[in-house]
Amino acid sequence: MKYVKEFRNAELARAVAAEIATLAEPGRHYKIMEVCGGHTHTIYRHGIKDLLPDQIELVHGPGCPVCVLPMGRVDEGIDIAERPEVIFTCFGDMMRVPGSRGNLLEIKAQGADVRMVYSPLDALRLARENPDRQVVFYAIGFETTAPSTALTLQRAKKEGIENFSVFCNHVTIVPPVRALLDSPDLRLDAFIGPGHVSTIIGCRPYEFMPADYGKPCVVAGFEPLDILQSILMIMHQLAEGRCEVENQYARVVPWEGNLAALRSMAEVFELRPYFEWRGLGFIAQSALKISPAYSYFDAELRYSTPGVRVADPKACQCGEVLKGVLKPHECRVFGTACTPEHPLGALMVSSEGACAAYFNFGRRAKEKVGATE
Amino acid sequence: MCLGIPGRIVEILDEDLMLAKAEVGGVRRNINIGLVHHDGERVEVGDWVLIHVGFALSKIDEEEASSTLRALEGIGDAYEQELQELRASRIE
Repeated sequence: MKYVKEFRNAELARAVAAEIATLAEPGRHYKIMEVCGGHTHTIYRHGIKDLLPDQIELVHGPGCPVCVLPMGRVDEGIDIAERPEVIFTCFGDMMRVPGSRGNLLEIKAQGADVRMVYSPLDALRLARENPDRQVVFYAIGFETTAPSTALTLQRAKKEGIENFSVFCNHVTIVPPVRALLDSPDLRLDAFIGPGHVSTIIGCRPYEFMPADYGKPCVVAGFEPLDILQSILMIMHQLAEGRCEVENQYARVVPWEGNLAALRSMAEVFELRPYFEWRGLGFIAQSALKISPAYSYFDAELRYSTPGVRVADPKACQCGEVLKGVLKPHECRVFGTACTPEHPLGALMVSSEGACAAYFNFGRRAKEKVGATE
Repeated sequence: MCLGIPGRIVEILDEDLMLAKAEVGGVRRNINIGLVHHDGERVEVGDWVLIHVGFALSKIDEEEASSTLRALEGIGDAYEQELQELRASRIE
């Protein structure tokens, strides 16, 4: 309970937790998946699990864009980055994601021109400043981040910047959730829907969860109290026999999403027929590629990337953790061969990956609980 | 990169390029406002927005901004890293 002190409205949080407990039917086990990696981080950091009755289990979903990138796509990025004419740009989170022959930080140390950028617009500026070089941006992210790439490419086209291209690895949130619902491995009762993704796509895309699968979904904000409130809303739905999409984060998320973002994405991207997800395999129409109107800026075409498939290291069980079948600490290399300093799998790299969050906070929470007993 | 950080618009720089200057975590940097400044929607000097990879994702009110900032300060390292990356940003 000590972590509660760290966030605002601690008393309100305890009251919400108490109400959640009264709604839990005796003898019933509840499995609720938080789809978004940001939520996973909050849950571990604030010890949310310790506030909930034991019969409510939180399962961590596939919503961390760094964590779901398959190794083949990392390797192909590295191949482009090693070309002498290329300035390769990416977000800081990508630098340590392991490919089969090392990561971007390592090839930078070996002389490749890899630069961390805060925004795709910084990558575009680098292209303007270096007309004799080719600037490639490694685009990753769900629908939260895809509009920023789309707007950047619209600007590049308008300005006619020829030495800029994007290696597009944007993914979409609904298809992997549907794949998880179709998977026989996992029985889930409800979903905590992602916050930032929903500012773009709105709440309507989640309607298939109640409509086709009979699972409630509550879109939630990122503060601990937001997550507790969304769990309470889910428990109310389950207790009352309701099943619908609700928006706990309405103060930021409009029901219809962001039309300007959706328009730009529709112009710049199209759906890939299929895309490989780490641990989940190939999922139909689950990722974005650059549309024919913007194909000039497509790094996959400019550098003829071969589309290689590379298997994860044998010891790595990221797939099972991503599917929620294993808890992070149940993976056979967790905390031994795989740590945030030396990650084997991507879930240990990003601060929003379930394994890194568990490594940093879950164990600390356990130790603290142990210390007070 | 997955964080949304509150910032306050201090200057609209270019409505064609959709650029504004925002104050974020004590520094002023250029951001793109194309996602919150379209159709009937407008951002003005003094407004708070949630910023993600150099783009304003949505307009928020002051109370939401300050509670989000408190929550971000609470997460420590990841927020610090994001701010550090933002400080190096020079969007034009």
